[in-house]
Amino acid sequence: MADQETFTFQVFRGDSSGGEEQEYQVPATTGMVVLDAMHYIQAHIDGTLAVRWNCKAAKCGSCSAEINGRPRLMCKTRLDDFKDVDVHVHPMRTFPVIKDLVTDVSWNYEVNRKMAPFTHDPAEQSPWVMYQEDVDRLYEPRKCIECFLCQDVCHVLRNHEQKDSYFGPRFMVRYQYLAMHPKDILNRTGAVKNKGGVGLCNITKCCQEVCPEHIHITDNSIIPLKERVADEYFDPVRWLGKKLLGKRDERPAESETGPASS
Amino acid sequence: MSAEVARRSSVPDNKSMPGRSTWWVQPAAIAIGFTLFVVYSFWSVALSPGHSWRAGPYLSPFYSPRIAAGFWPFSSAFLVAWVPLGFRATCYYYRKAYFRAYFLDPPACAIDEPLTRSNYRGERAFPWVLNNFHRFFMYLALVVLAFLWWDTINAFHYLGALYVGVGSVLMLLNVVLLSGYTFSCHALRHFVGGSIDCYSCIRGGRARKGLWGLVTRINPYHGSWAWASLISVAAVDIYVRFVATGAFGSCFNAHTGC
Ligand code: SF4
Ligand code: SF4
Ligand code: FES
Ligand code: FES
Repeated sequence: MADQETFTFQVFRGDSSGGEEQEYQVPATTGMVVLDAMHYIQAHIDGTLAVRWNCKAAKCGSCSAEINGRPRLMCKTRLDDFKDVDVHVHPMRTFPVIKDLVTDVSWNYEVNRKMAPFTHDPAEQSPWVMYQEDVDRLYEPRKCIECFLCQDVCHVLRNHEQKDSYFGPRFMVRYQYLAMHPKDILNRTGAVKNKGGVGLCNITKCCQEVCPEHIHITDNSIIPLKERVADEYFDPVRWLGKKLLGKRDERPAESETGPASS
Repeated sequence: MSAEVARRSSVPDNKSMPGRSTWWVQPAAIAIGFTLFVVYSFWSVALSPGHSWRAGPYLSPFYSPRIAAGFWPFSSAFLVAWVPLGFRATCYYYRKAYFRAYFLDPPACAIDEPLTRSNYRGERAFPWVLNNFHRFFMYLALVVLAFLWWDTINAFHYLGALYVGVGSVLMLLNVVLLSGYTFSCHALRHFVGGSIDCYSCIRGGRARKGLWGLVTRINPYHGSWAWASLISVAAVDIYVRFVATGAFGSCFNAHTGC
């Protein structure tokens, strides 16, 4: 049994025109998570509270919110973390509110469509033979559940409002997967730099801090992509070496143009 | 302030949330730590008197390798100091630390910035675009590291015999920490194997993957290596200066001493 009888919640209620916190008292139960409390409010206090959720197992990425000022999944945030304090539950700040805790994350899907999908050599059909050493690095980016907490916390999107210029950390994770895939034939570097806007990231690592899947977004996705950009755009020695040896990158390149947001 | 935040301005902001009131502690601590180091190292390199950076078999890391340039009117340490300085200034860990601590961009995660500019250019524009040249500092830092290992070996050798002093051990510790820092570098990780998409498709691919794996093992602690080696560099310099001033008396004996 939890050693606290009730929890006091301050939940954002409102829509795109504004809103405010509303206080609710929720009885504590053992192992309770924030999403349980939202369900309690819906069932017993106010059925109009809007919450998006699906799995309650930290796997669908639907229940993202800001809980006591930190971007987290509601279904993975246990109330044991909040002994004797009010629990403030707000919608993600970077995306427009639809109602209460539900935000409109459709911008992310638009970004996703701007990226060329996995592209293999048409002459080579699956099933492919791939070696373990070539796919080791691909498991981590595949863990992404698209909760968009990293997009929410990224200051480039959140504070500088550069959704037109930067795809955000979630899509750097996807670019890393595609760029390092041994069977993907596209050169992604120009697209990562010019369309994706990786140069806007200043490596401050908040995305990595909040990722519920513990993906090392900055260390294993963004920095390796920045190094690839440096290879092609900021390395005169490499450029000269390639010229002298007559080496050329024969791969087709993903388109680098197009507005980054529609 | 973003339109979204403005619309929700009736709601308390993240700074005032339970458990977040200390958001400023980490950036403040980092800013103080860096500032102390920068001020001390500038004093050591530019303003410190005489030859107090050398004592017995010991040599301050700020003054290695020694470059004897007759034409150079300033401290000879300047001829080398720009390498470690540039290496650290363009390092991915330090970038995170100084963007947060000095530029509050952002000060902490999900904490609003004091100045929100829509003309933010990140590392796309001068001066931060220069951070893309980090790898060149890394190549030079490897050379400097080789000299520091040489100095350390020499610190175990005095008056023609094996010698072990507190200073030798400190220098060894320092060069180990500096090696950890340098060999966990992200640019090195890319250089040795990270740039390859298909290891099985190239000659020597397995070896490249192995090297990449070695750097990857220590890379997650890059920030810790960065701090530990920053402190150890200053500590060795301070120690050598104390010995040189004679604070410990004339302490070099045949095989052991200070
Ligand atoms: S590391 Fe880059 S992508 Fe991640 S939150 Fe910071 S600025 Fe955004
Ligand atoms: S990378 Fe992590 S934080 Fe970002 S969307 Fe995927 S799971 Fe969520
Ligand atoms: S409900 Fe699926 S991640 Fe929380
Ligand atoms: S030294 Fe820090 S990333 Fe290279």
